[in-house]
Amino acid sequence: MSAGGIKPKTTFQQAAKVTLANSQMRRNLRHATTTIRDKRLRTVAELPDWEALRDEGARIKDHVLANLGEYLLDLEASVKRRGGHVHWARDAEEAREIVAKIAASHGAREVIKVKSISTDEIELNAALERHGIRAIETDLAELIVQLADDRPSHILVPAIHKGRAEIRDLFRAKLGAELLTDDPKHLAEAARVYLREKFLTTKVAVSGANFAVAESGTVCVVESEGNGRMCVTLPDVLISVMGIEKVLPTWQDAAVFLRLLPRSSTAERMNPYTSFWSGVTEGDGPQEFHLVLLDNGRTDVLADDVGRQTLRCIRCSACLNVCPVYERTGGHAYGSVYPGPIGAILTPQLLHLEDKNANTLPWASSLCGACYDACPVKINIPEVLLYLRGKINEAKPLSAEAVAFKTVAWVMAEPHRFEGALKLARTGQGPLVKDGAIHALPGLLSGWTDARDLPAFPKQSFREWWRASRER
Amino acid sequence: MNVDLFITCLNDALFPRTGEATVRLLERLGCDVRFNAAQTCCGQMHFNSGYQEDALKLVRHFVETFRDAEVVVAPSGSCVGMVRDLYVKAAEWAGDETLLREVRLLAPRVFELSEFLVHHLGVEDVGAYYPHRVTYHQTCHAMRVLRVGDAPLKLLQNVRGLMLVALPNVEQCCGFGGTFSVKNADTSTAMLADKVQNVLSTDVEACTAGDNSCLMHIGGGLSRLRSGTRVVHLAEILASTEQEVFA
Repeated sequence: MSAGGIKPKTTFQQAAKVTLANSQMRRNLRHATTTIRDKRLRTVAELPDWEALRDEGARIKDHVLANLGEYLLDLEASVKRRGGHVHWARDAEEAREIVAKIAASHGAREVIKVKSISTDEIELNAALERHGIRAIETDLAELIVQLADDRPSHILVPAIHKGRAEIRDLFRAKLGAELLTDDPKHLAEAARVYLREKFLTTKVAVSGANFAVAESGTVCVVESEGNGRMCVTLPDVLISVMGIEKVLPTWQDAAVFLRLLPRSSTAERMNPYTSFWSGVTEGDGPQEFHLVLLDNGRTDVLADDVGRQTLRCIRCSACLNVCPVYERTGGHAYGSVYPGPIGAILTPQLLHLEDKNANTLPWASSLCGACYDACPVKINIPEVLLYLRGKINEAKPLSAEAVAFKTVAWVMAEPHRFEGALKLARTGQGPLVKDGAIHALPGLLSGWTDARDLPAFPKQSFREWWRASRER
Repeated sequence: MNVDLFITCLNDALFPRTGEATVRLLERLGCDVRFNAAQTCCGQMHFNSGYQEDALKLVRHFVETFRDAEVVVAPSGSCVGMVRDLYVKAAEWAGDETLLREVRLLAPRVFELSEFLVHHLGVEDVGAYYPHRVTYHQTCHAMRVLRVGDAPLKLLQNVRGLMLVALPNVEQCCGFGGTFSVKNADTSTAMLADKVQNVLSTDVEACTAGDNSCLMHIGGGLSRLRSGTRVVHLAEILASTEQEVFA
């Protein structure tokens, strides 16, 4: 099975063509995003200090990013003090080798996992499989995706694109569940029976991390089902993989994010399960704890003045749920474990703007700005999109498109050239105009006329009218 | 009040009626309206498409053209959004301190038509007459960048004879996004299809908005379906009177 990773296999345009054609997925997505969108607006409106809270979240994150090295060293010291081990992974390869080695050293044949997008980023499951270790996803939606040999399509609701009937068939086939209906209660029960046995028999667990508090060496996972809590408490060995940007200085800082996150992600006032663990405690919980700190391109993002704000992201997925592009194309079109608006700016940056397919992502936006309005840490996603478009274009050899834009800029820089071009266009459009409109354009512009008409240039431009009527 | 018009290149070339309507409307409200013919394009298309160096030429040209204006008013939320929100970035990214200073002085004096009327002139009833069933599409940049709020709705509510019908999912983008509609034509078409469906569900004669770029997109979809519903710029409704129907 493919764990995803962050390297898109095709351009966004090609992938979107495929997902746009899936009408069932379109309906599922529209329903899910509309519901959560409305609910989020209601839950956020309950807090009179929401805007101040957003500002505070952004401020804390910016402070952490400006002093990241220092806080990571603090975190490392605190974790070690509490009897845990800390590993630094420069890239995906290093991270998965670290995890695989630890698991193998305990003779594990299976590991249980609590939903962790960073382990998807490093394609951990496939790496473990190469070591003869089977990774079992315990988050219900992740389990569904894993059993279907599919890929997550949403940060928070990985199986958002799947309908109940599909899940029923999947559980029948893969879990041997005797399911008569697609009643959610029965579906959950089938997963519970399967997972309970795994929780009680598996010795090694792998988790992600929503935050880590530097002052105490505490790692935190926020989830809704309690499966994560089982994972981080029952096994003997716990390995947590965390992007380096997830560190927070103090518990007070963590409190801000524990308020921002649930309302932004699931539109809940408080999330059902928040688990904290600090190193190891004798006789309670895992007796061996490893924290893997993952860079994988993040320090390069950090080094960029405009792009840096991307690392404020707390993976709440509010931007996905409000994005009109995501709502139509779904997460798979983004080709990375980070879909939606945040994925469109994070993925290409993590790949150093060197991946041709990922470099199409900054154009996967109409720049409507809904993501910026929704972001709990005020990442100006439209700004970063534009900035990345510029950087990507700059690095490309001169294209026909670039020449066209250069020509238009040259024409527009002088009013008499603009007026001349207008007259030319008016004459030149002749063969294209039918009944006052243009129904088919050639070449690059045909994308417009595939589904839309275009008005023809009128006989008189505004400036001609002004001259004729005002400057007589 | 001296008002400098920024008609925008799209309006100038394709929708001159919107410019004429803006002139008539502002003059009716007592403004001294000027059109500086040196103006061309705000550079949004270039900036948004990732050709920031080319855009910079047009940013500089705009600043030169309107440097001495008291206020600049444009019948386009997205072009004003470019000036007010992105000119600063354009200057910053280019590291041009002189331009940045000029932009900071000029940008706050550039307004979208409806916000100028309601927030600046303090007028909500412009004395218009337009006896049609109309729905209003909120354009993204006017709503989220300029925060024009309900200014356009207040103006429409005071138009005699006009029956305003709420548009479902009004806050969703129509999918135009400049070159997005060409580069990501499939996704843009899917967004447009939903927008057109919402417009048609209101059973109106016309869909209006403060931006001809969005209206060109929605109108292009409505026309392709031979729907019989037209698009009309807000300025043309507001300029219409019992003596002269503009749109």
